[in-house]
Order: sequence, then structure tokens, then C-alpha cells
Amino acid sequence: METSFALTGKGYVIVAADTTAARSIVKMKDDQDKIKELGSHLLMAYSGEPGDTIQFAEYVERNIRLYQIRNLYPLRPSAAASWIRRSLAESLRSRNAYTVNLLIGGYDLADHKPTLYWIDYLGTVVEVPFAAHGYGSYFALSLLDRWAIALTRGRPRRHTDILLRYHNPEATLEEGLATLKRCINEVSKRLIVSPDRYKVKVVDKDGVREVEL
Amino acid sequence: MVGKDCVAIASDLRLGTQALGISSNFQRVPVSHFSRVCPSLTICQVFPITDRLYVGLPGLGTDVTTLYERFRYRVNMYTIKEEREIHPETFTHMVSSTLYEHRFGPYFIEPVVAGLSKLPTGGLKPFIAAMDLIGCINFAKDFVVAGTASSKLYGVAEGLWEPDLEPEDLFETISQTLLNAVDRDAFSGWGAVVHVITKDRVISRTLKARMD
Repeated sequence: METSFALTGKGYVIVAADTTAARSIVKMKDDQDKIKELGSHLLMAYSGEPGDTIQFAEYVERNIRLYQIRNLYPLRPSAAASWIRRSLAESLRSRNAYTVNLLIGGYDLADHKPTLYWIDYLGTVVEVPFAAHGYGSYFALSLLDRWAIALTRGRPRRHTDILLRYHNPEATLEEGLATLKRCINEVSKRLIVSPDRYKVKVVDKDGVREVEL
Repeated sequence: MVGKDCVAIASDLRLGTQALGISSNFQRVPVSHFSRVCPSLTICQVFPITDRLYVGLPGLGTDVTTLYERFRYRVNMYTIKEEREIHPETFTHMVSSTLYEHRFGPYFIEPVVAGLSKLPTGGLKPFIAAMDLIGCINFAKDFVVAGTASSKLYGVAEGLWEPDLEPEDLFETISQTLLNAVDRDAFSGWGAVVHVITKDRVISRTLKARMD
């Protein structure tokens, strides 16, 4: 089943999505890219109803590009997320709404901050340190939460252990990718219908790029 | 909740889809009257409208954002046209009519309004009101509640609230009411925020709450 994750770290956002294109019980394809590069510093992972996802993602992609052409500067991640949210919220109360869930990861060149937005098909948007969609979210979110719990209860007992393993907003890219691997491994271990391949993209001050896990 | 020359409004900070919690960190700080940061949302979020007027929008996440953006627009237009700040009573009717415009396809939000309204004498009077999702207003003299924990909130508030509380006592009362009610409700909690509006300042505090 479809799964996507994203997490922020020191100066970057990692966005990962599985690459399966399935229809009913049949896997049609296992190398589909479900992360769109909306600009030089903006990524969008999309999942949901097969037809809707591509249609909506392309609609967003072209409109964000149009804004950049017209104004000669790109939308900032927060503005892009607001616009995308509004598109979904308006679609929700139309005759046939888009059933698309999104993760928007961007690097804001104005205030030099990585930002991540969790958006669902209803048009609910929220800025978060880490996020997930699909069945994988039930496993990944609780795993990433352990860092937050460790923080609220004072210093973690095995500091370095937790620092390497769980989500840390100050983590380096290597540590962030290690955390992502943990999420993927947890999903593979516990979810019956787990995807086996993921595409991983990173956005930081230098722009977007794909990374191999 | 109404106090002596003050009112308080409080909200939890959880956003979730059904039983799955998505987010718990919402520290949205208003910048100024006109250029406010657009907030993300929670199951309930409290927003400042003017210096002495706040609105809480518990309900469907997408509608929290949509309605907040709508109210921000309408209040700004009102302020420009009238060249004065909107009164809590007027704002409440604006919220109510906005909701009733969607009578047969409503926004799933039950707003709570709290503020200090100006008297003709120049004094300030505490004002609170709540609405259902199609805009039926409930003006109250003591307290109003809304959201998934509303039945629990009624019980605790009924027991703890008393008339003419000073700001600090009102803060304690509303905080205890909220925290104890959301701890009995599976869909709310994960932190809380409280605003006590007095005649010369607004005391805003975030509360540590159970994270389970």
C-alpha cells in the first residue's frame, strides 16, 4: 500500500515515497516517481486515488511554475502550501473532489529554514517536524515520536543512542537518512502489504536532489 | 469563561485524523493587527481578532483554516471601511451569518468567541458566546464550551466556575477545567493554550499536558 514519509533536520528536509503503482491486488509498476519537484527548493510527495494524484500534482506543478514565470521569483514554501491547501479545500466541496494526500518539503531561501507541511485530501494543513501518509504512518510516526518523548522527560538515558536513532531537528543529513531507514525498516517489518522500494529526495540550501539509500 | 472585568479562552493543541495524532506543536504568534501569520490548524485553535477579542474554532481541520482566513478578510475589510475596531457582538453576528450562509452544506466548526466589549460609558464588559455549526448563537453569562470534549467540559466547568474571578484565579479555573476535561477525551489534549483578556493586557500561556 502507498506510504510516504518526510522529516526535517539541520538545514534540510528529506522526503521519501514508495514507488509502486498498484491497481487492486496487482502491482503494475515498481519504479514510479511520486515526488514532484515543484521548484528549485520545493518538493511534493503525493499519494491517494491514482487518477487524482497525477492530475492534481501536475495542476499544482504548472501553476507554481506559472507564478515563477510571471513574477520572476518562486513562491516560498509556506505560500505554496497555502495555495495548494486552498485548491484542495475548494475541491473538497465540489461535485468530485481530489482524493490526494501531500507532503510539501521546502527550503525557505528568505529565512534559511527547512519547512515541512502535512496536507490531507480535506485541505488540512499543518507544519510539522516529521510526517507520514498511508499505512506506514501508523508505524513511522510513533517511532519518530520517541525523540519528542525523550526530550520532554529531560535528557535521554542513552543520549547518543537516541540521537542516532530517532528524529532530531538538529540531525545531520547522514543521521536523518539513518532515521528514515529505521522508519522504512519498521514498515517492512510490521506492515503486511509493505512496499519494497522507495524514492528519496532531499531539499536544502543547494536545492533539490535525489539520494540513494 | 467570564471573570471580573476579564474573560478567558482556552484550547487544546491536538490535530489528528480520527485516533491518529498528527501534530501537537502549535505556537502561533500573531504579528500585528493586519499582517498576521496564517496559522496552520488544530482540532481547535484560538485566534486573536482584535486586541481584546479572540475566537476559538474547534472542528474539522480544513474548515478551521478556511474560516479563519475568511474571518480575517472580513474583519480587515470591516476595520478599513468603518475606521474602527469591530465589537465582539458584531463579530459574533458576522461569524454566525457566515456559518448560516452554508446552512445546507455547513462548515464543521463550532466557534467560541471571547472578548471585552466597550460600553457607551467607556468601560469594558466581558463578552462570551458560542455557536453551533450553522451559526445559532448562545450568549452566556458564565462559560461556553465546544468541541469533542464539550460534555466533559460542561461537567468540570459547572463544578469549578464561580462569578467575579480575578484574572489569575480565572486562569487557574479555566486551565484546570480544560486539562481535566481533555484527559477524559481521547480526541483532544496534547498540550493547551490559555488567553486571559484583561483591560490592559492579554495573558497568554501554554500549558504542559498529558501526551497520551
